[in-house]
Amino acid sequence: MKITLKIWRQQGPNTKGHFKTYKLDHVSTDMSFLEMLDVLNQDLIKKGEEPVAFDHDCREGICGMCSLYINGRPHGPLQTTTCQLHMRTFSDGETITIEPWRASAFPILKDLVVDRSAFDRIQQAGGYISVNTGGVPDANEIPISKKIADEAMDAAQCIGCGACVAACKNASAMLFVSAKVSQFALLPQGKPERKERVEKMVAQMDAEGFGACTNTRACEAECPKGIQITNIARMNREYFSAMVSSYEVAAGEGGAG
Amino acid sequence: MKWIVDMFTSTLGRKLLMALTGLFLILFLAVHLAGNLQLLKDDGGRAFNIYAEFMSSNALIQFVSKGNFFFILLHTGMAIALTIKNRKARGPEGYAVVSGKSSHWTSRNMGILGTLILVFIVTHLYHFWAQMHGYWGNITTLDYDGKPVRDLYTLVDMWFAKGWYVGLYVFCMAAIAFHLWHGFASAFQTLGLNHLKYNGVINVIGKAFAILVPAGFAFIPLKMYFS
Amino acid sequence: MKLDSKVPEGPIGEKWTRHKFNLKLVNPANKRKYDVIVVGTGLAGASAAASLGELGYNVKAFCFQDSPRRAHSIAAQGGINAAKNYQNDGDSVYRLFYDTVKGGDYRAREANVHRLAEVSVNIIDQCVAQGVPFAREYGGLLANRSFGGAQVSRTFYARGQTGQQLLLGAYSALNRQIANGKVKMYNRTEMLDVVVVDGKARGIITRDLVTGKIEAHSAHAVLLCTGGYGNVFYLSTNAKGSNVTAAWRAHKKGAFFGNPCFTQIHPTCIPVSGDHQSKLTLMSESLRNDGRVWVPKTAIKGLKAKEAVAIKEEDRDYFLERRYPSFGNLVPRDVASRNAKYVCDEGRGVGSTGLAVFLDFADAIKRDGRKVIEQKYGNLFDMYQQITGDNPYEVPMMIFPAVHYTMGGLWVDYNLMTTVPGLYALGEANFSDHGANRLGASALMQGLADGYFVIPYTIGDYLANIGWNDKVGADHPAFKESMDQVKAGVDRLLNIKGTKTVDEFHRKLGLIMWEYCGMSRSEQGLTKAKKMIQELKAEFWRDVKILGGSSELNVELEKAGRVADFLELGELMVDDALNRSESCGGHFREESATPDGEAMRKDDEFAYVAAWEYKGDNQPEALHKEELKFENVKLTQRSYK
Repeated sequence: MKITLKIWRQQGPNTKGHFKTYKLDHVSTDMSFLEMLDVLNQDLIKKGEEPVAFDHDCREGICGMCSLYINGRPHGPLQTTTCQLHMRTFSDGETITIEPWRASAFPILKDLVVDRSAFDRIQQAGGYISVNTGGVPDANEIPISKKIADEAMDAAQCIGCGACVAACKNASAMLFVSAKVSQFALLPQGKPERKERVEKMVAQMDAEGFGACTNTRACEAECPKGIQITNIARMNREYFSAMVSSYEVAAGEGGAG
Repeated sequence: MKWIVDMFTSTLGRKLLMALTGLFLILFLAVHLAGNLQLLKDDGGRAFNIYAEFMSSNALIQFVSKGNFFFILLHTGMAIALTIKNRKARGPEGYAVVSGKSSHWTSRNMGILGTLILVFIVTHLYHFWAQMHGYWGNITTLDYDGKPVRDLYTLVDMWFAKGWYVGLYVFCMAAIAFHLWHGFASAFQTLGLNHLKYNGVINVIGKAFAILVPAGFAFIPLKMYFS
Repeated sequence: MKLDSKVPEGPIGEKWTRHKFNLKLVNPANKRKYDVIVVGTGLAGASAAASLGELGYNVKAFCFQDSPRRAHSIAAQGGINAAKNYQNDGDSVYRLFYDTVKGGDYRAREANVHRLAEVSVNIIDQCVAQGVPFAREYGGLLANRSFGGAQVSRTFYARGQTGQQLLLGAYSALNRQIANGKVKMYNRTEMLDVVVVDGKARGIITRDLVTGKIEAHSAHAVLLCTGGYGNVFYLSTNAKGSNVTAAWRAHKKGAFFGNPCFTQIHPTCIPVSGDHQSKLTLMSESLRNDGRVWVPKTAIKGLKAKEAVAIKEEDRDYFLERRYPSFGNLVPRDVASRNAKYVCDEGRGVGSTGLAVFLDFADAIKRDGRKVIEQKYGNLFDMYQQITGDNPYEVPMMIFPAVHYTMGGLWVDYNLMTTVPGLYALGEANFSDHGANRLGASALMQGLADGYFVIPYTIGDYLANIGWNDKVGADHPAFKESMDQVKAGVDRLLNIKGTKTVDEFHRKLGLIMWEYCGMSRSEQGLTKAKKMIQELKAEFWRDVKILGGSSELNVELEKAGRVADFLELGELMVDDALNRSESCGGHFREESATPDGEAMRKDDEFAYVAAWEYKGDNQPEALHKEELKFENVKLTQRSYK
């Protein structure tokens, strides 16, 4: 099949970008979308043109590195990752527009590559359970209802690709943050730090410059892992109750000398 | 008390204010409609006028009414603040192509709908509330069994006799309907009240409210205009 | 140089305990005086960096991806083994140890494997405490399954995403240490050299992949947790970025490479669909529990899955069931892979390329109903349909083997230290505890065992012995020299300005490796491959075309450096395969087979680890042997008839 590609090209973080049009006339329907871009890049190199930079790694839909905004939708027309999208989804002669994730918190590094380290910083703010290696109780010490474990797993499936931010008209990261908050809020292991965690993660999310949630549900519709906005509601609950009920310890933390 | 400031300056806190004020305004709409329906009573406006007189003179009601104004302003102010933040979050370069398939258009256009509603509220206040409270115009006072009662009914009847005004009114009710179509359930989601057991009920009530209440409001001028 | 495995004395069950006691400790107040570098943030790297940070060491961690969470450990599907015996089905540390040594076809070090089995139980506890949502039973306790033909149910899992959940657990622990300031994280940064001064590893040279800046980082010890080298085959189930560069550059600085030819080829992958193919996707091994593997009895060119439904039962050859009546479709990975290759070599392969066999669920659906099959494999069937466009509920799947894991890697002693003092290798990057063949659900176990429960002890011994004063700063001339070399290497690549792309070379290398050093190897083929690789290498350095500069994000430049290393590694793999003229585990030498074509091990000649020493550019590498002693496990030939 033949396709026309309109691709965002940008040399570096501080240069101005623009769309460039390319034509490909030997695309197989069995190709994955990224393989189609590989073919384009091979052609470009042969012609002495710089190839298009795009993020990708595992190419099996789990690492969350691929991040293309295709024809107005993150990861393209199917609810999957870009690497799992195949060219049979498109029709012969179609024009496909490829843009990077657009969000102030995700600055463009080059072409279609964006910097998503804001997500890492949000996780660093509190997306963990403070246990050191060793000295933990036996794994079966605390039974967890299967339903709760399953729900925590639903939330934990997030791959951190940022499609939620890309899809949201407000570039809000609520779905991403709430997935982690939910996972730990549901599990008994997460309870001791439940309040501080949500407070810190929300504060970091705001500091990174993500927008607010207006419940459009676009994130949920585009999330390749089917993370639901139930998690956002849970995070809201967690946050409000944490803010009104968490307390500062009056005495210092130091132990007996 | 730093936490209160922290909370209400966070995006979540601001959304909380949006939701709470929104729900209050939803409640207000219901009460307002109940009052307005008395316009349809075939008694020359007597019941409506008595009701209006009570509403504008009772101290408690007036207190709540001031709160209502405050909430409208707060709802608007928060909306503006969040919209500015959200625009900034998207960054200077927008998308060239946006499919819009993944969300309902009402949810993406709450700001525009809200602005229409705000304009309507201002004109609405100017035409009725300001005259009723004597800020301008000269509303007549009637004598109901020895009690002076301001004749709001005649004023309403005058405006609802103008075709363009009725059209505008109905259009604005449609804006409210669409605003509520998303806003009602959205407020519950923001409050964190999302539960598989109750989501269905909230959605049905929300959609029904979004249709029936604005339809009720719109029916009154239409009825008065055509009869 | 004599290889010293440093395996402690004593009965197998007490070695680790004794060793831990004999290891020197670093005073808690002194730990902050030591710097440790961790390269790679997969299961091994993230768990090591977090654990060392918790202990108080200053850690610098590096990953080439945009976030530590992307490491390819994330793609592991099936599960993680642990000898918890929660199912009361007779599992024990000893049984896990025994199964692993046997499964590895007796080419692993007994003491290491026993330690792995011992700490396996701690791993599960640790992960649960971190909030890893493992599958559970209705009563709230952890669920287990039997995996990869194991006789006991010892595999813990989190749906089909166990690797993801374990990695995110380790990533969260790492994040906590980053927030605490104990770990400094460098994303999008690639290690390009190890700096060795006075015979000890003193630091690394890195390239910032966004700015192209070459930087020196010094430390008291360097940990390589950089995964396997399956991408030497170009097509593999590894991530596109997975590479051997860190391990290979360390090898060139004196770290011996152990058993490089030991690669695992997984039988159930989605076949290649065309020349554009960039990677292969693994379908869980569990599919073979219900699917039947077959090809037509007589060759039919280009047979499509749709047409297969019409082929009569008597015209089908269920070749695994025929050849291995007792194990049938559940024979080990290497056997299943090799037999698929044989039928394709005979021309009976299916699909447009003829390089595929059917995996048919029609009987299972008839027997159990579609619903049951959907519950078991629904997500796999969906994934298959998404990639191939075929619906496996209606037509048979097509599968073909693909490179999946490399058992070989940097040689390490019992302390996980390579032959360069202060340089460690963890996880898939080391030559590992899996011998010649890795059992399902054991990779995750090993990665986390190394990072959480082995290195925190063994590194302390080294650091306590050298003392915190024994450090060389990044301003030492050796660092400068190494940086200059790295820069020169980058410039050399950019200045070739040839005509062929990096991918073209990589693909060619992959084809050579797959053909001659893949599922079945022979002296003749390997000798030919060696020559072909040498020619390809020469052509690469003459004719590769890389656009762009060195001080920017330049993906082609990154790939070129990695392919250059793969070309050298490929030759060593061929050398190793040539040397090992026996068949064991994933390594099948056609010359070493029983009359009916089954693998034949030669324990009297080859019960050793082949550790290769780099001797300079284009020089033959020197072979060192670490003899393997089996004091607890009895050596037997595998049979699945």
